[in-house]
Amino acid sequence: MLLKYLPLIWSGLWRKKTRTVFTGLSLIAAFLLLGLLQAVNSLFSGGADFLGANRLITQARISFTQPLPMRMLPQIEAVPGVQSVSHSQFFGGVYQDARNFFPQFAVNPQRMFDTYPEWVLSPAQRRAFISTPNGAIAGRVLADRFGWKIGDRIPLTSFIWTLADGSRAWEWELVGIFDGRDQQWSERASLMYLNYQYFDEARSGGKGLAGVFAVRIKDALQAERIAAAIDAKFANSRDETKTQSEQEFQIGFLRQLGDIGFIVNAILGAVFFTILMLTGNTMAQAVRERTPELAVLKCLGFTDRTVLALVLAEALLLCVLGGLAGMALASFATAALPADFPPVRTDARVWAIALSSMLALALAVGLPPALHAMRIKIVDALAGR
Amino acid sequence: MSTATQVREIVWMNLRSIPQRWGASLVVVIGIAGVVGVLVAMLSMAQGFGKTLKATGALDRVIVLRGGANAEISSFLERSATTLIRQDPAAARAADGLPLASAELLVVTEVPRKGQSTGANVSLRGVEANGIALRTELRIVEGRVFKPGLRELIVGRGAQRQFDGLDVGETLRFRGSSWEIVGAFASGDAHESELWADVETAQAAFFRTGFSSVLVQLRSADAFAGIKRRLTADPQLNVDVQREQDYFSAQSQNFTNQIGVVTGIVTVIMAIGALFGALNTMYSAVSARTAEIGTLRALGFGRLPVVASVMAESLLLSLAGGALGAGIAYGLFNGYSVSTLGQGFTQVAFNFAVTPALVVRGMFWALAIGFIGGLAPALHAARMPVTAALRAV
Repeated sequence: MLLKYLPLIWSGLWRKKTRTVFTGLSLIAAFLLLGLLQAVNSLFSGGADFLGANRLITQARISFTQPLPMRMLPQIEAVPGVQSVSHSQFFGGVYQDARNFFPQFAVNPQRMFDTYPEWVLSPAQRRAFISTPNGAIAGRVLADRFGWKIGDRIPLTSFIWTLADGSRAWEWELVGIFDGRDQQWSERASLMYLNYQYFDEARSGGKGLAGVFAVRIKDALQAERIAAAIDAKFANSRDETKTQSEQEFQIGFLRQLGDIGFIVNAILGAVFFTILMLTGNTMAQAVRERTPELAVLKCLGFTDRTVLALVLAEALLLCVLGGLAGMALASFATAALPADFPPVRTDARVWAIALSSMLALALAVGLPPALHAMRIKIVDALAGR
Repeated sequence: MSTATQVREIVWMNLRSIPQRWGASLVVVIGIAGVVGVLVAMLSMAQGFGKTLKATGALDRVIVLRGGANAEISSFLERSATTLIRQDPAAARAADGLPLASAELLVVTEVPRKGQSTGANVSLRGVEANGIALRTELRIVEGRVFKPGLRELIVGRGAQRQFDGLDVGETLRFRGSSWEIVGAFASGDAHESELWADVETAQAAFFRTGFSSVLVQLRSADAFAGIKRRLTADPQLNVDVQREQDYFSAQSQNFTNQIGVVTGIVTVIMAIGALFGALNTMYSAVSARTAEIGTLRALGFGRLPVVASVMAESLLLSLAGGALGAGIAYGLFNGYSVSTLGQGFTQVAFNFAVTPALVVRGMFWALAIGFIGGLAPALHAARMPVTAALRAV
């Protein structure tokens, strides 16, 4: 029904061009900000949902910075339902300059491949990683960023681990470059794996410590039971463990930064209050100026309800046009982020928030003037009263 | 009338008429209040973090770490090294004649943040008895100090505010045993976010024979160059020597830069939104005054006074908006305490600090938006042909 009034609504919207354009631009800015901030929020509050639920991380209960001993590995492997166990130790290496930071982990190559089938690597490169003592493999994103190719020697200065002679200058040979099996994993291929065997032999202290364990389980539905079984094995020992899904581990890691959700919501609250005032003022002005015209419409036989709907539709059109343009900009901006940025995306959750905000905003700014328009008395309006 | 008098009269007349247009004027005020409020609130977070870290440490104390370690958490010093370090002649002596220094061990524990189930990293610092005597800024505000050899902890006031289960009298379970919280301390710096225990007890519990750092009280602040030269040149040692204050101040840099970038992006986008709001308001203000402006011009008022009157209105409204925004940021956030990850990958609790410098910066943004938002409408008003404007009467 409203579709046939679209030209009328459209011309109503453009009755004062500058005003509509300025209001639209404000709306674009507001929704650009909403898109960007909610995309960041998504990343912090569970954007890691692509991580399969069939992997658990076992860390020391006291803190994941406290490495667990290697002797726990067979005990974890023996828990029923466990498919494979990998271990990884954070290396904390700096390549050339502290600003180039990227994470490196010392792992057992075969165990890492078994536990993380998401990383794709040619068989020859797999074998090279297993058989090269100081071998390292890098994600495609990382290799492209620094222009590395296979055979390169990568010097890393570890701020944690020293060699037997007390020096911090480690040298690794790049023997493979891995991709992700799908787009999401490919985007995250910005880390480096180092061969644990050489790492453990060469380091001056902490020998025999594994770091944290990544546990791949056969059935994701059993995750809770298996996690509890692992933790029970080490309860009341010096190395008590905390086992959680990989996703929970990642979120916990990011939450360390602080209450990002609160900051995002506080900013967006300020933005929306502002935009509410601004758009509300525009709509109110637009209807006030048009009072005689609306009265004429009613003379022509438009019902009160239709007039109400017309004004509401105009507010909706304005909010949706501005909102969509802002969200498009936000999507474009997040997609254009350089590869070494965290993968911030305007995903379905962000779009859902944006669309419902557009509707709520349209209702909030459109309803008061629409009700006013509905209640206009033809005689009074035409008489200019 | 001289131009100056014209400007004064017309500006005054216009400002007095603002209440008649208050609905539209409010858009400018609130739009700019939003921008300034967010700007000031976010920067006050960086300011508070920096303030807490910069308050940590004293000029006449040095912190010695393993060479190349970027923080205490990644530094390892053997017992022999700590003995050599504290024997340096620059170290002050305590009443008992022994060097006033404390070899310390820093490890990380996970404690749940208030109202959350996920743990946050909190520093557990093992200190020698001198470690408390030497930090004169530290006061025990509740309970007592831990007893050497017992699994007892004292906790900082900041940590108590941010994390669950850290009240005096409670017990924490880690490394297979219970640790009783026997006291709380205040120091007004980054250490307030930490848990402290006796260093030997911590070493035993964490199976560590070494230390993370040595804190040395100097005889005087100028003794720093000497101790730095001697310790770094000593072939038996591989250490970095820094003034304690410099070590902690440097840690706030990263955070301040990151917050600065995020704030910059958010503020610019919000400012653009507010700018269009201001343009809208000022254009409609000008169009409401069309007849008035036409009349004034016909009476012989120049273009400049007309421009000045529109600009004055815009700047006044933006100034009000800026003050409102800064006021809200101050009221809601000044002193608000939060915590985030510090350099050592552990939580640092701090309070938001809204400083006069930040308010000035916010006001600058407000005036800039008001200026740009008022300029185009002001020029438009000045260029209106008198005859056309008078027809609006």
